[in-house]
Amino acid sequence: MSKENKEGLVDFAILSMKYKTKLTKKFQNRVKYDDPNPNHILSYIPGTICEVFVKEGQEVQEGESLLILEAMKMRNQITMPYTGKVKAIKVSTGDRIPKNHLMVEIE
Amino acid sequence: MSLKKHILDLRKRREQVQKGGGDKAIEKQAAMGKMTARERILALLDKDSFTEYDLFVEHTARDFGMDKKQLHGDGVIIGTGTIYGAPICIFAQDFTVAGGSLGLMHARKITKIMDHALKMRVPLIGINDSGGARIQEGVNSLAGYGEIFYRNTLASGVIPQLSVILGPCAGGAVYSPALTDFVFVVENISKMFITGPGVIESVLGEKISMEDLGGARVHAEITGNAHFFSESEAECFEQIKKLVTFIPWNNSKKAKAFPPKPPKFKGNIEDIIPSDPKTPYDVRDVIKAIVDDSDFFEIQELWAANMVIGFGRLNGETVGFVANQPMVLAGVLDCDSSDKAARFIRFCDSFNIPIVTLEDMPGYLPGVDQEHAGVIRHGAKVLYAYSEATVPKVTVILRKAYGGGYIAMNSRHLGADFMFAWPMAEIAVMGPEGAANIIFKKEIDEAEDKDAMRALKVEEYKEKFANPYVAAAKGYIDSVIEPNETRALLLHAIEVSAGKDDHRPAKKHGIPPF
Repeated sequence: MSKENKEGLVDFAILSMKYKTKLTKKFQNRVKYDDPNPNHILSYIPGTICEVFVKEGQEVQEGESLLILEAMKMRNQITMPYTGKVKAIKVSTGDRIPKNHLMVEIE
Repeated sequence: MSLKKHILDLRKRREQVQKGGGDKAIEKQAAMGKMTARERILALLDKDSFTEYDLFVEHTARDFGMDKKQLHGDGVIIGTGTIYGAPICIFAQDFTVAGGSLGLMHARKITKIMDHALKMRVPLIGINDSGGARIQEGVNSLAGYGEIFYRNTLASGVIPQLSVILGPCAGGAVYSPALTDFVFVVENISKMFITGPGVIESVLGEKISMEDLGGARVHAEITGNAHFFSESEAECFEQIKKLVTFIPWNNSKKAKAFPPKPPKFKGNIEDIIPSDPKTPYDVRDVIKAIVDDSDFFEIQELWAANMVIGFGRLNGETVGFVANQPMVLAGVLDCDSSDKAARFIRFCDSFNIPIVTLEDMPGYLPGVDQEHAGVIRHGAKVLYAYSEATVPKVTVILRKAYGGGYIAMNSRHLGADFMFAWPMAEIAVMGPEGAANIIFKKEIDEAEDKDAMRALKVEEYKEKFANPYVAAAKGYIDSVIEPNETRALLLHAIEVSAGKDDHRPAKKHGIPPF
């Protein structure tokens, strides 16, 4: 094996065997898994915040609308997943947000 | 008019129309570093072999002032010709004419040459360089795309279809190449995407350049939409020509046989493989040591490089190679490499090309991202493709074949015709360390020196099971061979299976886990 081929070799474990190998860019850039926090309401699609209906500290019933996230010409209602209190609102009307952006914290 | 005048008139008309969008547009095309559609066809096909159809077709649009516009050939050139003597049907979109936009007659020319290719059973090459649908022609232009996709599908598996992206190919237009067998892209010239950077920014606020979104490198490295990447149009045409030499004209023929040549590689194949099973090597070196003239034509070199696919010749006959690549991600199967292998296997099977599988397989790639990306259904494609294939199928296990990977990589159980293994091959349900930890858990847990006991048991397991002889004793492996015998045995296997006839239950079609 030439010297050039040895560059970038790393340890890589598969089924308790450790191999020397190169990694692909795609593998290195993969998104690491985070356990989802049920108290965080994230955007499931990128879009624009149209309206916010609730205030911080407000008690909200399950199924009530928190805000409207407009994406792909659809006004998506973001609703309360369970009855609880709004802890913090991280967005305001007119914000353009990416996917998986923290919009509201609840408790 | 006298006859002479008629001929002169024809020449004048031809000359005028062959200029496409005119000198200014041609200059613009050149300034973008691109050849014109006509130059491309002439560069690709054998000299003087191109015969053009529908040169004098005119568009039929009447709205938005289109009735006053003349679009030469309606922005696409179609015809027939040869590549190294092989008959070819070809179309090339002409960006100098209304940006190569696709209207009704433009689409009709393309479908005409597609129908011709299918009827004549010859390969189809499509050169894409188009701004997209011709908005002035509205739904007619959408109809055109649909009729092209329909023909791509009918022709799939009957004639080889090659798509060459030499300019923009955006929106619905991308789906014709996506339905074809091989897609060629050229750096800085090819652009493919469904929605462009402008729309993405206005809707989602994500800023990205055209090159980073859907440039040649993106499709060759990240998406896997492209099969061949090159740095210039000239290099791209050489790749197309070379590919044409490896594939048959249609699914009832075999690829043209070439005069047999020995490999250029001189030496011992086993010297390519490191003795430590955990040290990587480049499996392409093994392929080159086996094939005629050491000439291996790799496909999708940059994408999912943990799996190597491509064509080579054995005794002058085309063979498709599928090989795990220990050099990248230890050669694991994952979503992308499964897709890559499965599609190639199905191409080989459709076009009567025997498949040789070189296996050095540690297992599947672990990870939440893989499981959530559907490695189950992607991995199933490999099982499906190998089981479904009725062309001669040969496997050589080089070093290791563990677990599900052993089954997937063309095992006897999926219908392999010949199963060879090198003497250092380890065929087992998992690697010795993992297996010993499970089987001898009690002994290891109860031992005073756990590590010493583990090492002892790993050795014990290795001795008993990490070899090819357990599988050979059951007949799962036909023959344990010396590495230097590999080429001779592969030649023999291909020769013996020349008349292979494997009938399957009649059905309309299977339902592969797409």
